[in-house]
Amino acid sequence: MSGTQVIAAPARTSSVAMIRTLGLVATVCGILLVLTYENTLEAINANKRIALERAVFKVIPGAATMKSFYATPAGLVPGEGPMPEGAMKFYAAYDGQGGLKGLAAEAGAMGYADMVRVLYGYDPATETVNGYGVVSHRETPGIGDKIIFDQAFLKNFKALDVRLNPGKTGLVNPVVVVKHGTKQRGWEIDAIAGATVTSRAVAKGINDSAQKLLPLLVPHLEQLQAGG
Amino acid sequence: MAIPGQQELTQLENFMEGIWKQNPVFVMLLGLCPALAVTVSAVNALAMGAATTFVLLGSTLLVSLMRNFVPKEVRIATYIVIIATFVTIVDYLIAAISLELYEALGAFIQLIVVNCMILGRAEAHASRNAPIRALTNALGMGLGFTIGLFALGSVREILGSGTLFGVSLFGPDFQPWVVMVLPPGGFFVLGAWLLVFNWWRNRTPAATGTLKPAEGHSHG
Amino acid sequence: MTAQTPQIQLRTSPHMKRGVTVERIMLNVVLALLPIVLFSIWQYGLSALALIVTVTATCVVTERLFNRASRSASTLSDWSAVITGLLLALTLPPAFPLWMGVVAGVAAIGLGKVLFGGIGFNVFNPALVGRAFVQAAFPVAITTWVPAFSPTRFSEFVPTTFTVPLMMPPDISEWARQALDGFTGATPLARWKFENELTPVQDFLTGAVTASAGETSAILILLGGFYLAARKFLDWRIPVAVLGSAAVLAWAFHLHDPGHFPEPAFVLLSGGLMLGAVFMATDMATSPVTPLGVWLYGILIGVVTVSIRYFGGLTEGIMYAILFANALVPLIDQYTQPKVFGQRRSS
Repeated sequence: MSGTQVIAAPARTSSVAMIRTLGLVATVCGILLVLTYENTLEAINANKRIALERAVFKVIPGAATMKSFYATPAGLVPGEGPMPEGAMKFYAAYDGQGGLKGLAAEAGAMGYADMVRVLYGYDPATETVNGYGVVSHRETPGIGDKIIFDQAFLKNFKALDVRLNPGKTGLVNPVVVVKHGTKQRGWEIDAIAGATVTSRAVAKGINDSAQKLLPLLVPHLEQLQAGG
Repeated sequence: MAIPGQQELTQLENFMEGIWKQNPVFVMLLGLCPALAVTVSAVNALAMGAATTFVLLGSTLLVSLMRNFVPKEVRIATYIVIIATFVTIVDYLIAAISLELYEALGAFIQLIVVNCMILGRAEAHASRNAPIRALTNALGMGLGFTIGLFALGSVREILGSGTLFGVSLFGPDFQPWVVMVLPPGGFFVLGAWLLVFNWWRNRTPAATGTLKPAEGHSHG
Repeated sequence: MTAQTPQIQLRTSPHMKRGVTVERIMLNVVLALLPIVLFSIWQYGLSALALIVTVTATCVVTERLFNRASRSASTLSDWSAVITGLLLALTLPPAFPLWMGVVAGVAAIGLGKVLFGGIGFNVFNPALVGRAFVQAAFPVAITTWVPAFSPTRFSEFVPTTFTVPLMMPPDISEWARQALDGFTGATPLARWKFENELTPVQDFLTGAVTASAGETSAILILLGGFYLAARKFLDWRIPVAVLGSAAVLAWAFHLHDPGHFPEPAFVLLSGGLMLGAVFMATDMATSPVTPLGVWLYGILIGVVTVSIRYFGGLTEGIMYAILFANALVPLIDQYTQPKVFGQRRSS
């Protein structure tokens, strides 16, 4: 760091002293870390759960409790521990009486500046996306960030058509973006004028996620309705 | 940096050193990575300043207490272990206090560990002074760093969002200067503050003889 | 030089003749810009006039204030601040709020010019620095366009022009639709990029397109360029290299996929390519001095512009292309030094 030190044949320090010092320092630091970890773990987990619940309840109106799941080609498993190969994570939300209110999953695609990540709610009864919230984005403030609050854009996610094809291999109609003001069909997303790239990212994210997740999930709806 | 053989400072001068004469942001230009990256709002700036001050105080205390035991061959390794410990502690604490704040500060909490102001203070001051003196100096440095971040964060928040501490200053029709909350805004505002700061220092004759900004270490 | 005492003077070399001064060059550039400015005012009316006057005045005042602060001699008489102001105003949307124009002017002169030491020392084209600053600061306002030749352009200002300082400009999409039927509010480049609609070439020639204040008059820009090039006040190689490389690249893409990539004429006439190539890339302080370097510099600008337009997120790339090439000028100059006369290549 400083160039003022003159190195003049330093007296040798024994290795034992070095090891002893480092061992002592490591022990003290280790104890401090463990104490902090133990005391904050509960609060951190509670914070994370609350944040996730708040996000999920926002896209599934009327939900009171939620569970997370992994949808795998072999069926649904509880969403704990590491994610199995080829699985998709989603959340099932229930009302106070234990009835299934809806499902939610995260979707992401490349936007103008970085990944645009959103959470969308899926209503199994109508086979539509009926809720939407932005998880994270780095789009230009004033243009791309309209995906959070632009009323006309939010209207796209009141009942976005994501019906599965009869073979249950994918969507009947892929979710696509159309020019602002020209939305005619249920599976189209009306782009924000001037924020086409960001609108496309949202649509692509939801489309990619739904194409993969729904075929895995829909055959097991009864299991979810029974409370997982 | 402490110069060997310099006059013993009074406790007050020792404290004020970091706030004014050797301000980490405006004079030494240390720790610029968080100073530029997280100062998009006044709250973020204060939180980052507080977190850094906490790490600085904790590591200073430990380093100062152990200053007579640590062989100099392993001193840097020791300092880094100590600093990393306190950074991890502050990381847990912030996540426990507020997840929102934790996400706003992002990776920059962990990156406090590479803030060279902290290692610099451990090497140059804490390892050569008794705990009380070292803590006083570290508190001054931490406050000086916080003041520097706040100076950046408040300007960027006012111009970039039209608010200060989230309170709207100009009403709903304010046109935000988007560039101010983007990375270039950090450089513009830091440059403007350095301009003001140096202009002011050059006007006051008493300030001559102190470190010029160019002599500090850049990047943190 | 003194006229009243004619006499023959005998001197050894070097002989100096009455040189071309900075003032004379700059004054000629202003002259070459005037037709574009007038056309822009005719096209967009009072709002464009107010914007051009405000931005130019801001640049001049900023230069004066900085001169005074640094206690140096006034550099106003060399007209360069006026040129920066005019060029900056011509690159802004015609109904840009005046207070943002002031911000742009201060950024152009303060950040782009005097911070580097004033005329001749700036690394980047000051007008483009100003525009880059406001583009980053006010991304919505700088992409809010108004129709050309609206019938009321000489009787009223566009509502955004007199936005209260620091406040957001009002939404003018309704106003613009009334001012001109079928107005979409998108530039030809944006319409091509996002909707794959091509604007006919004759619209560019008559100026009936949506664009920044000084971007539409390709013919006048070229005339100004010819005038300056003929008087040797600008290096003709630069605009030729910029436009040529852009055209060749666009032509290659067009041949490859005519359905997706437009014809070279569209690429040359749309956006700010023409204005940038003739008046901004040719800035003497920020372009290379070696003949080979000038070609490289121009080609770089053309290629980067087309690349940004085709593959980038932005609709127009000329501004960043020129700023990028400006940054490389010292490097280009260093690597393209001609060999000293009489030396062998190997030495």
